[in-house]
Amino acid sequence: MLQLSGKKSPRLDRFATLVDLRRGDAAILDDIDLPGDDARRLMELGFLPGTRVVAGLSAPGGDPRVFQVDGSEIALRRETARRLKVRFAGDPGTP
Amino acid sequence: MSACSDCRSCQTAPRRGISTAVLAAPPKTVALIGPPNSGKTTLFNRLTGLRQKVANFPGVTVEQHTGVAELPDGSAVEIIDLPGVYSLQPRSEDEQVAYDVLTGRRADTAKPEAILLVLDSTNLARHLMLAAPILSLGVPTLIILNMADDLRARGGHVDLEALSSRLGAPVALIAARQGEGIEAVVDFLAASPAKPAPAEQLQVLHDVPKCREWAGRVGSQASYRAPIPPVWTRRLDTVFLHPVAGPLIFLAVVCGVFQTIFTAAVPLMDGVKWLFDASGNWIAVTLPPSLLRSLLVEGVWRGVGSVVVFLPQVLLLFLFLGILEDSGYLARAALIADRTMAKVGLQGKSFIPLLSAYACAVPAILATRTIENKRDRTATILIAPFMTCSARLPVYTLLIAAFLPNRQLFGFANVRAAALLGLYALGFLVAVATARVLKSSVLRSGRTPFLLEMPSYRWPTLRSIGLRLYDRSKVFLRRAGTVILLVTVVLWVAAHLPTVGGKAPGIEHSLAGMVGHAIEPAIKPLGFNWRIGIGLITSLAARETIVGTLGEIYGMDPESRALDMQKALQHDLTTGGAVALMVFFAFAMQCISTIAVVRRETGGWRWPLFQFAYMGVLAYAGAFLAYHIIP
Repeated sequence: MLQLSGKKSPRLDRFATLVDLRRGDAAILDDIDLPGDDARRLMELGFLPGTRVVAGLSAPGGDPRVFQVDGSEIALRRETARRLKVRFAGDPGTP
Repeated sequence: MSACSDCRSCQTAPRRGISTAVLAAPPKTVALIGPPNSGKTTLFNRLTGLRQKVANFPGVTVEQHTGVAELPDGSAVEIIDLPGVYSLQPRSEDEQVAYDVLTGRRADTAKPEAILLVLDSTNLARHLMLAAPILSLGVPTLIILNMADDLRARGGHVDLEALSSRLGAPVALIAARQGEGIEAVVDFLAASPAKPAPAEQLQVLHDVPKCREWAGRVGSQASYRAPIPPVWTRRLDTVFLHPVAGPLIFLAVVCGVFQTIFTAAVPLMDGVKWLFDASGNWIAVTLPPSLLRSLLVEGVWRGVGSVVVFLPQVLLLFLFLGILEDSGYLARAALIADRTMAKVGLQGKSFIPLLSAYACAVPAILATRTIENKRDRTATILIAPFMTCSARLPVYTLLIAAFLPNRQLFGFANVRAAALLGLYALGFLVAVATARVLKSSVLRSGRTPFLLEMPSYRWPTLRSIGLRLYDRSKVFLRRAGTVILLVTVVLWVAAHLPTVGGKAPGIEHSLAGMVGHAIEPAIKPLGFNWRIGIGLITSLAARETIVGTLGEIYGMDPESRALDMQKALQHDLTTGGAVALMVFFAFAMQCISTIAVVRRETGGWRWPLFQFAYMGVLAYAGAFLAYHIIP
C-alpha cells in the first residue's frame, strides 16, 4: 500500500483514480478507461499515461475539480476523473 | 520583397540549409490555426482590425471569420481564422472544417496558400503537437509562438533558430495582445514563403503519446524551458474558487451584470427611443400626409426603432460578457455553475448565455459560442427563448395592470408582483423541463467527457472588447435592418390595404383584420377574439409590438391613454383570457430575430422550425389550460 506524504492520506493503491486525489496531491497517470475518441481528447489536453497530474482547486462540493497536467489546468467532472487510473507520484505540491 | 532570412529587424528566425520550392509570389489567402486559448483570435484582430467578416461555413455550425490584412506595400492578404483545434484528426465539426479548409476540400473556401500556426509559448511542448500534422500538409507555414511577454516574465526560454531548423519552417516569437513582434508575421505574409522541410520525419500518426514525445523532443532540442506556473493566476484562483468566497463572488458578479443591464441600460434605451420618436415626428411633419408617410413613420421607422431600442442593453451585455471571457473569469464561473447545470443535463458554460437571455435571446444565442460541445450548445439555444426577455415585459405589465387587482395576497405579497414573478418562474421551469427532455433524448451527450481548460487570468484589452462589440452590434443591427424591416413593412401593408377611396381602411376591414377574423376560430378556445388575433400576428415581428398594435386597433396611444387602453382590453378579454394571453407570450416563439439567429447559429432550418413548432404548441396548450382553469 502506498501512502501520500501523510496529509489527508488518500490511499493510492493500484485501484486509485483521479477522484482519490485531494488538493495538492500528485500522481502518475496510468490508464484512461474511456472510449477511444474521448481518451484521445484527454490525451491531447495532456492526460497521457505516464504524465504527472496534480489535483488543484475545485467547484464547491469538489466537483468538477481542476487538475494541473502538462503545463495546463483542466477541469474534469467526477464522472470523468473516475475513469483516469493513477499511481503514486512522489512528493506532492510542486506541479 | 525580402525573404525572411535577410530581414534584420524582425524576430523571425531564419530558415537554414534545406531550400525547397519557393512560391512564385506572396500568398493571397492565408489560414490562421491554433489550439484553443493560444491567442489566435487576438492575432487575427491585430492583423485585420475592422476589415473582418463573420459568417457560418455553409451547412455546418462552425463560424467562418475572414479578414483582410493590409501589408506595408499596399497589397492585401485574405486571412481565414479557423476554429481552435488540438489536432487535425477530423472528429468534431470544428476539426472537420479546419481539416477540409487546409486541404482544399471545401468548395466554398479557396485552399490557403500559406498557414499561420499560433501556439502558446508558455505551453509549447504540448502545443507543438499540432505542428506535426500542420507541417506535413506541405503548405508554407509560419510557426508563431504567442504570449512572449508571459514566457519572459515567468522565466521561460526557447531558442528560435534551433526550433526553426528542427521544424524546417520559420518561427516567430510574438505577444499578440501587445502587438509585439507582429512585424515578423507581416514580413512572412509579404514574402514568397517556402514549403516546410522538417529535420526529421514528422509524427502524424493517430498516436497521441508518440506525437507528444516528438513535440517534447523538438522542444528540448530547441532548449525550451517551460515557464514557472503563473503565480497571480494561482493566487486569484484561491479567492475565486474558494469554497465560500467563490460562490459569493460568482453571485455578486451575476447580480451586478443583471442589475446593470436592467437599470443602467434604461436611460440609454429611453434615449434611443426618444431619438426614434423625435426623428419619426420630424419626418411626419416634413412630409405631406399620405400613405407613403404613414408607411415610413408607422411602418418602417417605428418597426426598426422597436428593435434598435434594445441595442444599448445588448451592447452592455456583451461588454460584460467580453470582460468575463477575456479576463479568464468565465471559465471559473462555468466551473462553479457546472454542478447545478448538470442537474438538467447541461453544463457550466450554458449558465451565462441563459442568464443573458433574460435581457434578450439574440445576444444569449450568440453567447453560446463559448460552448464547444455542439449538443450542449444546441440545447442551450433551444431553451434560451423561454427565459423572460425584456420584450415580454411591456406586454405583461399592460395585461397585469388591466386585469389583476392591486392588493395584497395572503397579507404579504402583492398580487401583481406575484403574477409577474410567476411568469418569470413559468418560463424558467419550462426551460429546465425542456432541457431535461432534450438532453435525455435527441441531444444526449452520451459519455463525452466535460473538459474545461482554465486559462491564466489576463487584463482584457480595449481593442479586443471593442472589436467584439462592433461585431455583435453589426449582427444585431443587420437583423433590424433586414428581417425586421421586411416584416414591419408587410404588416403595415396588411393593416392599410385594401384602400377605400385612396384612404386606408379601418383596421377591421384591412387585410390584417381579415386575417384576424380568419384565425378567430382557432384562438377562440384560448379566449382571444380577432383583435387579439391581429396583435398575435403583428407580435411575430417582436413581442412588444402587440402593445402598439392594440393601441392602433383601439385608436389610442397606449402610453398617454393607458387607462382607456386597459378599459378597452377589459372589454375584449376575461381575466382568464388575459392570463391565457400572458401564458401564450411566456411560451410562444414570437420573435423573428431569434428565429433568424437560431437558423444562423445552428446552420439550417431544422432547429428553428422545431423550436417554433414546439414553443407554439406549448403556448397554445398552456393558454388553453389557463383560460379554462381561471374564470
